[in-house]
Amino acid sequence: MYAQMVDTGVQRVLDAAELEGDERRFQDRIDAGIRVEPEDWMPESYRRTLVRQISQHAHSEVVGMLPEGNWITRAPSLLRKATLLAKVQDEGGHGLYLYAAAETLGVSRDDLIDALHAGKAKYSSIFNYPTLTWADIGAIGWLVDGAAIINQIPLCRCSYGPYGRAMVRVCKEESFHQRQGYDIMTRLAQGSEAQRRMAQDALNRWWWPAVMMFGPPDGESVHSAQSAAWRIKLHSNDDLRQRFIDQTVPQAELIGLTIPDADLRWNEERGHYDIGPIDWEEFYSVVRGDGPCNRERLAARKSAWDRGAWVRDAAAAHAAKHAGEQK
Amino acid sequence: MKEWPLWEVFIRSSHGLAHKHVGSLRAADAEMAIGNARDVYTRRNEGVSIWVVRAADIAASSPGDKEPLFDPARSKVYRHPTFFELIDGVKHM
Repeated sequence: MYAQMVDTGVQRVLDAAELEGDERRFQDRIDAGIRVEPEDWMPESYRRTLVRQISQHAHSEVVGMLPEGNWITRAPSLLRKATLLAKVQDEGGHGLYLYAAAETLGVSRDDLIDALHAGKAKYSSIFNYPTLTWADIGAIGWLVDGAAIINQIPLCRCSYGPYGRAMVRVCKEESFHQRQGYDIMTRLAQGSEAQRRMAQDALNRWWWPAVMMFGPPDGESVHSAQSAAWRIKLHSNDDLRQRFIDQTVPQAELIGLTIPDADLRWNEERGHYDIGPIDWEEFYSVVRGDGPCNRERLAARKSAWDRGAWVRDAAAAHAAKHAGEQK
Repeated sequence: MKEWPLWEVFIRSSHGLAHKHVGSLRAADAEMAIGNARDVYTRRNEGVSIWVVRAADIAASSPGDKEPLFDPARSKVYRHPTFFELIDGVKHM
């Protein structure tokens, strides 16, 4: 998802009976549904895992502004432009809520950003794909933000208070993002033949990357099991993916677009759609840094950070000079 | 250059209600903190007033003191009006 394959640093998930002292009391509280707050005692591995997960989520929001920012100056109308600006501004805000949530765990935002720029921290695989046409902006809102909502709604109830509260704010705004995307796709699908083709082409390119956003099946992953025990992962990757597919397929049909999967079938027995095989090699290659835009995205982030340094320094110098002045 | 300080943001959502904590942000000074808070936390008519406080200036109770601070109130159920049963015939009290 926005945080994919988060490493918990544990080798094995311990049973409740194997835990002692603080660790036992901590797990008991989580099992009882009591939220963990910044000042509470927590295992070091829980803290580190959350820093990884929340910062990866924050980086995804910020890097996610780049593919959409690409179309702000070329939006087809003033309303579309204002809407896209508002959406991209929201994404910056989501990054801020999440960095602030991560900072409650005793790390600094600058250190997290340094880790991103040094290639040590990840962001979601999805933002390494290019936005070639205006329809891609529709596809991102509809599919990528749609997938994000499915992942983030359960996280509102996760065990860590500041992360859950940030998710509540994010989810409220995300719904606007998905609808504006679907609105773009609907209008294109109802437009000229060229517009309809453009919408279908965007769906063809974004469908599988969106399906992969949820990450590979959890299988026997010790990290998934540990994150589930800590209640910072509430559903399996496959369950969330299924929810996304079941929700999205009828929306595509409704506007006359075709999901690019020859094996897609409604399975009456399961009450869910079955899909064809997912190309996980592509996913791993993007995660490793070899997607279509990995280098470009990171270079754009670094350049924005470096070129903004004088502004940050000047503001800090101004504040230091006027510190202590009475208003 | 060192990082901008952290500020906690409080928004009053409408006249008559109290300011409520909504989140935090980083800013070089109070003026910038209010500007950033306006941009981040009030884009959809969430508020009519903003307070910002440096996070470092907030004193908080410690989780370790939870029991001595809050447990004594648990046994004092008579502090709630519902503790007292109204006799028949009293309609509003």
